[in-house]
Amino acid sequence: MSAARSTRMRNDPAHPKSGTKTTTTKRSASTESRARQPSTGHRTDLLESMLRIRHFEERCVELYSAAKIRGFVHLYIGEEAVAVGVNEALTPEDAVVSTYREHGHALARGITADAVMAEMYGRTTGCSGGRGGSMHLFDASRRFYGGNAIVAGGLPLAAGLALADRMRGRTDVTCCFFGDGAFAEGEFHETANLAALWKLPLLLVCENNLYAMGTALERHQAQTDLAMRAASYGMVAWAVDGMDVEAVEQAAQRAVEGIRAGTGPHFLEMRTYRFRAHSMYDPDRYRDKAEIEQWKSRDPISLLTDRMRENGELGDREVARIEQRITAEIDQAVEAAEKAPEEPVEDLLHHVTSSSAEAVS
Amino acid sequence: MGVDGTHEAKTTYREAMREALREALRSDDRVFLMGEDVGRYGGCFGVSLGLLEEFGPERVRDTPLSESAFVGAGIGAALAGMRPIVEIMTVNFSLLALDQILNNAATLLHMSGGQLPVPLVIRMTTGAGRQLAAQHSHSLEGWYAHIPGIRVLAPATLEDARHMLAPALADPDPVLIFEHGSLYNVSGELLPPDAPVDLDHAAIRRPGTDISLITYGGSLPKALAAADELAAEGISAEVIDLRTLRPLDDEAITASVTRTHRAMVIDEAWRTGSLAAEVSARIAEGSFYELDAPVERVCSAEVPMPYARRLEEAALPQTADIVAAAHRAVD
Repeated sequence: MSAARSTRMRNDPAHPKSGTKTTTTKRSASTESRARQPSTGHRTDLLESMLRIRHFEERCVELYSAAKIRGFVHLYIGEEAVAVGVNEALTPEDAVVSTYREHGHALARGITADAVMAEMYGRTTGCSGGRGGSMHLFDASRRFYGGNAIVAGGLPLAAGLALADRMRGRTDVTCCFFGDGAFAEGEFHETANLAALWKLPLLLVCENNLYAMGTALERHQAQTDLAMRAASYGMVAWAVDGMDVEAVEQAAQRAVEGIRAGTGPHFLEMRTYRFRAHSMYDPDRYRDKAEIEQWKSRDPISLLTDRMRENGELGDREVARIEQRITAEIDQAVEAAEKAPEEPVEDLLHHVTSSSAEAVS
Repeated sequence: MGVDGTHEAKTTYREAMREALREALRSDDRVFLMGEDVGRYGGCFGVSLGLLEEFGPERVRDTPLSESAFVGAGIGAALAGMRPIVEIMTVNFSLLALDQILNNAATLLHMSGGQLPVPLVIRMTTGAGRQLAAQHSHSLEGWYAHIPGIRVLAPATLEDARHMLAPALADPDPVLIFEHGSLYNVSGELLPPDAPVDLDHAAIRRPGTDISLITYGGSLPKALAAADELAAEGISAEVIDLRTLRPLDDEAITASVTRTHRAMVIDEAWRTGSLAAEVSARIAEGSFYELDAPVERVCSAEVPMPYARRLEEAALPQTADIVAAAHRAVD
């Protein structure tokens, strides 16, 4: 394999070269993209999915301020295009491993707003039965494996899921989300090496939002071209405009096709930005207001909405209809969570070992 | 070399463990062995010698030196329906995978509200006695016994080496197996088990009436040797092999102390914050009024394990230390 060539882009919100391939790894014609043809209906679905995440989290802010939900709550606002676009490339049989900033991944994966909201409330009807909270959302039936609150901690796990799927003769892909901060952890590099060495069916999705908690990329990475570094492990690696849901979807489709064709792990660096602070506790003193505003001008929801309006695919009435539907959905989720039962304290020691309690169905 | 035949009378702990692995690989397609040098090299301690040739590189899988990645991969593979056996060379190296063991293997079932059991077996060596100095010699199994959500085993006999693996693999939760490095060459006649080996109960390795010597793993032979010496002096020592360090068999400990009224814990870990401390506390909590003497503890000296032979020997619990402690309790 030839050496990767650096196409380092400045941390400029107006990514001029989104989708730039940062490795010269040869790809056969059979793995060339057969991305879904754009259609109005599909774009509307993407928009609705992003709006669901946005509205869900905006409600979380209110509920947190009202002390209805607690703990660490890490919002995904601004990054919705990544979860939604990547999920479009996955089938229900594929596996997903996520981080502590995973509301968007969970909702895009099809876990209902009801189940996620009830988990935020710590209720038995939550997707983790109230034992996990915001940072530990799980749904075994959707192969959604969390919800890992140790930076890079989900990566080895994802390699194992991919290994097992391959050993069992399945063609499933495991998709692992993680942030730019994971590049400083050994677990990322151990996993990248292992996955490339064993050619595991693993999609590594780095959500590079330019900050590891409060530390800017330049201050936590000696080499900030993340896709180039991933390529150095011998895997196909791309940088993608993470604010453009369609670009994300196309890149993910292409990567998943390559993985299913047996070419080993693929890496996507999603260049994105979180509009809110790291968590609800974070006063966000480390970012320039102008920088935030500049990125907000490329809000993934506005970006898609504007594109659809320009194409005449979306009118005010349609937007209002979607917004109304989602608002009702989240109202209902909050109402259900409020009414949902709390687990009795007598059950405290359940789920420590398999014999210590019944598993939730 | 087979231990299942009747022609060979003697086998070693290493061979018993290998036979257990062979049986596991033969009997269940979901089982695979993964770790550093388990394949071509035959295992750092020779446990998996020959298994690569028999089962192939998919199921006897050499890994890079990446404890965190391959232990985590074992967890992921277990979640996806496999039954991985992960070998870590020594307990010291397992610290590189502690995040995966504690934050994922032990925790996923609970965090997921019961959705994600992790049927994983992790094997590793522990203990000192081979002059391997401070980074290859420690006994940290007590730390793992601190963690809810995992089971911790310490097979000390040929029979346990041979027969604990199958029930460990059948356990839906993570099981850690600690093999003391000094046991691998122990040889003897492998007896067929009286009953299926269970992972919940301690074993009385030698009945006695005057004092309970409570131990596990690599200290068991020393405790049995001490019991022999004590018997020659007319002191009847009962030797309890804990076998399972988590969950502890409280009933067996209590029953023994109720018989003998004196207790000693022998543990190769450091005394401070050790498993010996936990067992002692449980005896104080549950059997205080049965005691005719304070609980004795024989542990390693509070020092990183030295290389020099006489210093290493001095740091470790020895038979003479156990005999001396028994005298303090009984005399």
